[in-house]
Amino acid sequence: MSQTLENRASPDAKTQLDIYRRMIRIERNDDATRTQIRRGRITAPYYSARGQECIPSAISVLLNNDDKICTIYRGIHDMVAKDMPLRPLWAEICGRVDGTCKGKGGPMHLTHPETGVMVTTGIVGSSMPIANGFGWAALLDGTKQVTVAYFGDGASNIGAFHEALNLASVWKLPVIFVCQNNGFAEHTRYENGTSVDQISKRAIGYGMPGYTVDGNDPADVYAHAHAAIERARAGEGPTLLECKTFRFMGHVFGDADGYMTKEEKAAAIAKDPLPIYRQKLIDDGIATAAQLDALTAKIEAEVNDAIEFAMACEYPSDDELRRDVFAEEIPA
Amino acid sequence: MSTETLEAPAVETVKMNGLQAINAALMEAMEADPKVLVLGEDIADNEGGGVVGVTRGLSTKFGTMRVRSTPISEQAIIGAAIGAAMGGYKPVAEIMLMNFTAVAMDMIVNHAAKLRFMSGGQSQVPMVIRTLTGAGNQTAGQHADFYEAWFCHTAGIKVVIPWTPADFKGLYLSAIQDPDPVIIVESGKTLFVPMDVPVNQGPIPLGKANVVAPGSDITIVSYGQMMFTVMQAYEELTKAGVSVEVIDLRTISPWDKETVLASAEKTGRLLVVHEAGRNFGPGAEIAATVQETLFGKLKAPVGRLGAPYCSVPFAKKLEDAFLVQPPEIIAEAQRLVAMG
Repeated sequence: MSQTLENRASPDAKTQLDIYRRMIRIERNDDATRTQIRRGRITAPYYSARGQECIPSAISVLLNNDDKICTIYRGIHDMVAKDMPLRPLWAEICGRVDGTCKGKGGPMHLTHPETGVMVTTGIVGSSMPIANGFGWAALLDGTKQVTVAYFGDGASNIGAFHEALNLASVWKLPVIFVCQNNGFAEHTRYENGTSVDQISKRAIGYGMPGYTVDGNDPADVYAHAHAAIERARAGEGPTLLECKTFRFMGHVFGDADGYMTKEEKAAAIAKDPLPIYRQKLIDDGIATAAQLDALTAKIEAEVNDAIEFAMACEYPSDDELRRDVFAEEIPA
Repeated sequence: MSTETLEAPAVETVKMNGLQAINAALMEAMEADPKVLVLGEDIADNEGGGVVGVTRGLSTKFGTMRVRSTPISEQAIIGAAIGAAMGGYKPVAEIMLMNFTAVAMDMIVNHAAKLRFMSGGQSQVPMVIRTLTGAGNQTAGQHADFYEAWFCHTAGIKVVIPWTPADFKGLYLSAIQDPDPVIIVESGKTLFVPMDVPVNQGPIPLGKANVVAPGSDITIVSYGQMMFTVMQAYEELTKAGVSVEVIDLRTISPWDKETVLASAEKTGRLLVVHEAGRNFGPGAEIAATVQETLFGKLKAPVGRLGAPYCSVPFAKKLEDAFLVQPPEIIAEAQRLVAMG
């Protein structure tokens, strides 16, 4: 069994609303991305995180702006949760020069240090070893800064996971390893590729706390992330959080989901965290339906503004091929 | 002609070997800049100060937070260096042997080298990777390869392979302060042969070759421990009346085209010699560039000598045959000189 957390922190009303705000921002942004791809307005590889909104949202409310994240190709939800501005994000997805990476990275390599989005990797598992380096830098700087390394369940089977967790534990690094376990490693079912029934059990082998949490339950994610972040800030070392969830849109945009049954997908969508959390906020008197609708409308306006901004931006000049290879531009 | 008489010491010098020169460079860099870090397997003094002692004394002087021994986890080592570099530090990460860089290739090639470009210049990865290699000690197929071509082919990482202790000191000082990732290859023999090093040897710029000996009949370009072999051939060729210009490339990528092209144009003949495999080796790139640029001005085709297309062998007899030896260099140089 994964470990059980004894003192569970709970998000207050304001924080719960903030978690919801981030979740709906991710969902609206994801919906708009798929719409724009379908309409042919953008061409990009897209790995939707629809269904996984709760995880980075409940974690990001506990992070400061200067806390860092290292994420992966299915990671735009992690960035949006960290409050990365949408205009440069969209300009990057559209391959424009005003994109956060000047159109040179695209959706798989979005980077925005101002909001702590340090590395986005297209290589399974590679967010973790680099997160350790930020952790080491924070220890040397004497700050309380933490770094979150996001990855999927498939990545827990790659060598980088094991090397990174071991080193983080030996060096007591302020890193939180967050596995978003959506049940599939690309097209391979969890149990066909992973030796243990819970990834959190692997934490035992690396001498750190490991928790399996309901990744669709904001309170559960918040409580465990709170403990992990507190532990990291106190200099006690890393934690492995396994957040169980489901991805509604398959591995990559256009995926026919042939490797899962219609029934299990329908069952997962029935547990969509967004409407459930919305209803809970209303039932608990934290917000009214009208207030949440207004929040959604505001976010939709932000997303639409970002899309139209991005579409109006220029494409990068070919000179960019000679820039940023090194600090010094390569002569023509 | 010995290497000592080639370097007319205009300044006060001290005898040291490559190992001592690198150690001096790291000491100096760490003292001058608190952001400089060192990490790798067995590098702290508790673990012996490095497998051959290059980092000896550093952890005692600067503490084990800045000079950290690591588990045998090459991906974790390079990953930690990348993150620390992006976090404002200047890590020097040791991958004990060049063959082991293969274990960390994703971190080096997909991340260290590319993060600046992929982030549109937002990410900076000012780190140095130190690694040791070279045949000649019967360490066989997985402990002795020269794989610099892998890294030369990867945009975004600089590749440095010094020969002399003075160059080790100067090139390390530059590499540590370089804003981009640099891999420095320490080839076995270069660590242990003492030579003169100027007292207060300062930084030597990356990307600049060194004309070790001037000549007019043929240019020979090499680097790393192969320079010892080239210098033996140079002495024999000189005795035989062939005037050889010897260039130590020092930085393999980006390489000093200007110096090599000027020399090849002057002598009309070029021979590239390296320990790496001849197939797709750095010599192929140099030869192609020189022929593209100097077609019609050369008196002979560009010659290339390197290891045969096989793994580094164990048996001493085979290892000697695998490595380029002075007689091959002499014969190839004389063949090229005789061509026109």
